[in-house]
Amino acid sequence: MSMRGVPFHWRRYRERYMLLGTQCAACGGVFFPMRSICPHCRRDGQPRPLAFSGRGTVYSFTVIHVASEGFETYTPYVVGVIQLAEGPKVTSQVVDCPPDAVYIGMPVEACFRKLRDEGPDGIICYGFKFRPVDAPTQPG
Amino acid sequence: MMGGESALGKREVAIVGVGLTPSGELWNQGLRELTIQAGFAAAEDAGIRGKDIDLILVGNMSAGMFVGQEHVAALVAGFLGLNPTSAVRVEAACASGGVAFKQGCLAVASGLYDLVVVGGVEKMTDMHGTWATAVLSGAMDFEWEAYFGATFPGIYALMARRYMYEYGLTREQLAAVAVKNHYHGSLNPNAHFRNRITIDQVLTSSLVADPLRLFDCSPISDGAACVILAPAAQARRYTDTPILVDACTQASDTLTLFERRDLCTLDATVAAAREAFHLARTDPQAIDVVEAHDCFTIGEILALEDLGFCAKGTAGALYEDEQLYVGGRLPVNTDGGLKAAGHPVGATGVKQIVELVKQLRGEAEGGRQVSGAERGLAQNVGGSGATAVVTILRRAN
Repeated sequence: MSMRGVPFHWRRYRERYMLLGTQCAACGGVFFPMRSICPHCRRDGQPRPLAFSGRGTVYSFTVIHVASEGFETYTPYVVGVIQLAEGPKVTSQVVDCPPDAVYIGMPVEACFRKLRDEGPDGIICYGFKFRPVDAPTQPG
Repeated sequence: MMGGESALGKREVAIVGVGLTPSGELWNQGLRELTIQAGFAAAEDAGIRGKDIDLILVGNMSAGMFVGQEHVAALVAGFLGLNPTSAVRVEAACASGGVAFKQGCLAVASGLYDLVVVGGVEKMTDMHGTWATAVLSGAMDFEWEAYFGATFPGIYALMARRYMYEYGLTREQLAAVAVKNHYHGSLNPNAHFRNRITIDQVLTSSLVADPLRLFDCSPISDGAACVILAPAAQARRYTDTPILVDACTQASDTLTLFERRDLCTLDATVAAAREAFHLARTDPQAIDVVEAHDCFTIGEILALEDLGFCAKGTAGALYEDEQLYVGGRLPVNTDGGLKAAGHPVGATGVKQIVELVKQLRGEAEGGRQVSGAERGLAQNVGGSGATAVVTILRRAN
């Protein structure tokens, strides 16, 4: 997609780099992505940042063969819905293992990775992906 | 409905004219030509003149991204020579057409407007396929899904994988959705694809987002559709076969798939359908023909359950005989659906209404007429289920 300015990426960096969500101090509800209002308590809510452990399991997954612009060089790659240990689900890639090794229920942990770049003059986008809990660390 | 008030507002609403372009790669036509072709066909069908029109609504997802043109409602009004008629663009991703139709119904029902034109249009093939995929990614949550590499087919693949895991749906049952819709498309002269396909062809087509393959996916299409609405009490000025809008309801859910209550249910469809059946004072057993939002094969499976035609987890079995074909118990997507008839995203919700009107009038060509159809239902979905519109139409006696 067309190149976006730095603030578009920067304002979300804490959530994407550290897997931060929200816990409402009023109802205890836990949410990802971060919320400025609690969807349950609404104006009576007290949303506070919450750092997730990064531990979770694969709830569903797909192997992307036809990628969107910016991800073509990564195909085939796995995109999963990950059920976090704290309750909420998130979507990101599952890496450090062959696509056919991924299964529903697979234990995974968050890792910090490059997502894509916006071309030679654009920003490099980073964020969390997930890897099998027992996978050896790999670059990339 | 009894009395003067309708399920929609102060007045009952009728569809008095419909028009459609073919869907496909229509290189000779730009966005404005497509819209005008569908609009003129509908106006001719209703026997109205431009000066009779009180309001123009245009369903369109992303002309700004697809062809670099915003402000398309006024563009269309001006190009039609209909200035200064009020013209409004309506956007709800792939449900833009359905929501535009609903707003048109409300405009007539309110008593403020008599003749309302609802168009839907998308010009998608001026752009390279990779970029079109990126534009469609905007229908889901860009910052929390597309940003991490999810594609639109990928999001539906996540639903399909989980559904197959929970309910044992087979790959062959999923393929049967596309086979049925291509068969219906072969009967429809306006369909994007008119070729019949086999289960084996679906299962050997290239992988897009495993488990979904190319033949599980609706195409990138150009196309436009148009309907003309009038108060039901005035409808016979324009047509001998008015089609009544018994209900048109809409519901919302999160744009993100991962925040949904259940990956295997479109709660927005469930909510909209429940309200629609209530307002129309009818039930799924009374529906003779269905247009369901099969942007991907799994979409039709979920739709049949979420609309109440069968229990959760059981839709796959409906594809083991021909009960969902024309001539069967409950014909679904008689025009070929999004899969074969085409999916010009902003036009799709209106295109579904056009097909139902043809069916209820008894005018569906090509051997796809459902005999004696009196009631039809359309389900139009935006994104992966963040918007759902359910419409119930009935042939006036």
